Amino acid sequence: MKILAIDTSNKPLSVAVMDNDNLLAQTTLTTHRKHAEFLMPVIEDLVQKSDLLPTDLDRVVVADGPGSYTGIRMAVTAAKTIASTLGIELVTVSSLLNLALNIQKEDALINPIFDGRNQNMFTGLYRWNHGSIETVIADQHINLSNWLELIHNYGEQIVIIGDTDSFEKDMRTALHSQLVVGDSLDGIPSAAKLGQYGLTQAPIKDVDAVVPRYLRLTKAEADWKKLHPNEDTHDYVEKV
Amino acid sequence: MARDLVLSFETSCDETSVAVIENGNQILSNIVATQIKSHQRFGGVVPEVASRHHIEQITGCINDALKEADVTYDDLTSVAVTYGPGLVGALLIGVTAAKAVAWAHHLPLVPVNHLAGHIYAARLVEPIEFPAMALVVSGGHTELVYMPEENKFEIIGETRDDAAGEAYDKIGRVLGINYPAGKPVDELAHKGQDTFKFPRAMDSDDNFDFSFSGLKSAFINTVHHADQINETLSREDLAASFQQAVVDVLADKTDRALKEFPVKQLILAGGVAANKGLRERLTKNLAAFKDTKLELVPLSLCGDNAAMIGAAGEMLYRHGARADATLNADPGLEFDWLADEIK
Repeated sequence: MKILAIDTSNKPLSVAVMDNDNLLAQTTLTTHRKHAEFLMPVIEDLVQKSDLLPTDLDRVVVADGPGSYTGIRMAVTAAKTIASTLGIELVTVSSLLNLALNIQKEDALINPIFDGRNQNMFTGLYRWNHGSIETVIADQHINLSNWLELIHNYGEQIVIIGDTDSFEKDMRTALHSQLVVGDSLDGIPSAAKLGQYGLTQAPIKDVDAVVPRYLRLTKAEADWKKLHPNEDTHDYVEKV
Repeated sequence: MARDLVLSFETSCDETSVAVIENGNQILSNIVATQIKSHQRFGGVVPEVASRHHIEQITGCINDALKEADVTYDDLTSVAVTYGPGLVGALLIGVTAAKAVAWAHHLPLVPVNHLAGHIYAARLVEPIEFPAMALVVSGGHTELVYMPEENKFEIIGETRDDAAGEAYDKIGRVLGINYPAGKPVDELAHKGQDTFKFPRAMDSDDNFDFSFSGLKSAFINTVHHADQINETLSREDLAASFQQAVVDVLADKTDRALKEFPVKQLILAGGVAANKGLRERLTKNLAAFKDTKLELVPLSLCGDNAAMIGAAGEMLYRHGARADATLNADPGLEFDWLADEIK
């Protein structure tokens, strides 16, 4: 099975072309946040250098968030359009889970973090169990102090990766020696690992309905929801 | 003759639209998913919400457009997409999807200026004859564009502050009318009289520029002043007075432009081109220009839609316009100004 894997959830851009478990080509950039300009050329380049045509692909695997709203929209728009237009499979994977795949430790909890500004984070808790990764606490947008309350009772080591700089000091105070700060290279997503993981997952049934995993309403919608808690939000877009 | 089929994309603001256009002038399909109801919650377009709706809709619209046109990817000649002006996050959904389709099916990608699309909507009715002039009036733009020949666009005048459609939405709010206010204000205006005589900014200035922010302020001040002294003003007369001021300025500047640049066709395009008052007035004024034909873009094609992008895209394709996979959104994209010293 030929797989195209894409992660542009944050500043790094990572794209890979795989043949099942085998990596054919991968590009990872951390120098620019120009996903709009770079994503499609990188895809074109890697598929071509893998000696494949777009029509040779069987599956697209995309890290669908959380992350930068524009970043996850670039990846998901490209992924769902390629899957839809070629009539091939689409698998969506949490961008936090994709980062957790970089830490292959059976005896620790893995805590990938994206900075959500003002002491907020997009985060989740994962662990390996007999070679497969499991979710311990689901991905969410949460304030640091609330997150620490959720995780401080686990007795195991907690490895933080990703945007750790803004949180390390406070997390160290709460978790002491339980806290392990991951290597900075492990904080960069690998599309090859994403593709490998995506190979094992069931494809999405309704590709057209796929949207990014924002994990957060826009401010306008959140304010509206406070005032209209029971409103049905399904019919806001109409085909005319 | 082989069919020339453009698959076109438009996502610059609050409509996700995909169309299939044959030979540049025939609409085989024109799918438009509008987000108006969503943004009405907030009284105007919220960019992040717009982007989120576009990504929900985009592939469904592509499939619907192909199905309704009864064509497959193999039948297509090119892919055309609006890359500006507009909301950057919204534009990027159409641009990314169009690039993905073009790559997947080895199709040439044609970048289209949204305003060229509005103007070329006219050719979906009949061929554009050059030289031509376009008055483009929408929620984001108000400009007079001179077109000496096909694929040449030269701005000769534009708004210096608010776009006309923006002014409608702002005064609509004061009248308790939700966005988009153009149509309800137009309807109210037809029931009232121009009793307030609001200012016609720049109307007699020796240029082709517009300004609507002073008119908007005069309107708002009039209503606020009446509120303070507990006086109730006629909403119909307020709407009629506002609309008359807008239409006067647009029509007078257009007259002036037609005198300086004799053209074979005047095209009225853009969302505000659906305004009945403006259509009536230009129709009347054009009687004085015997050699100029008025082309009113049909109401169904005045708002944002991908059919117009396909109509412009086919023309641009013939002129060699191509983009590669690096194409980015250009939210501030503009036509050039006419290259002489008329300003």
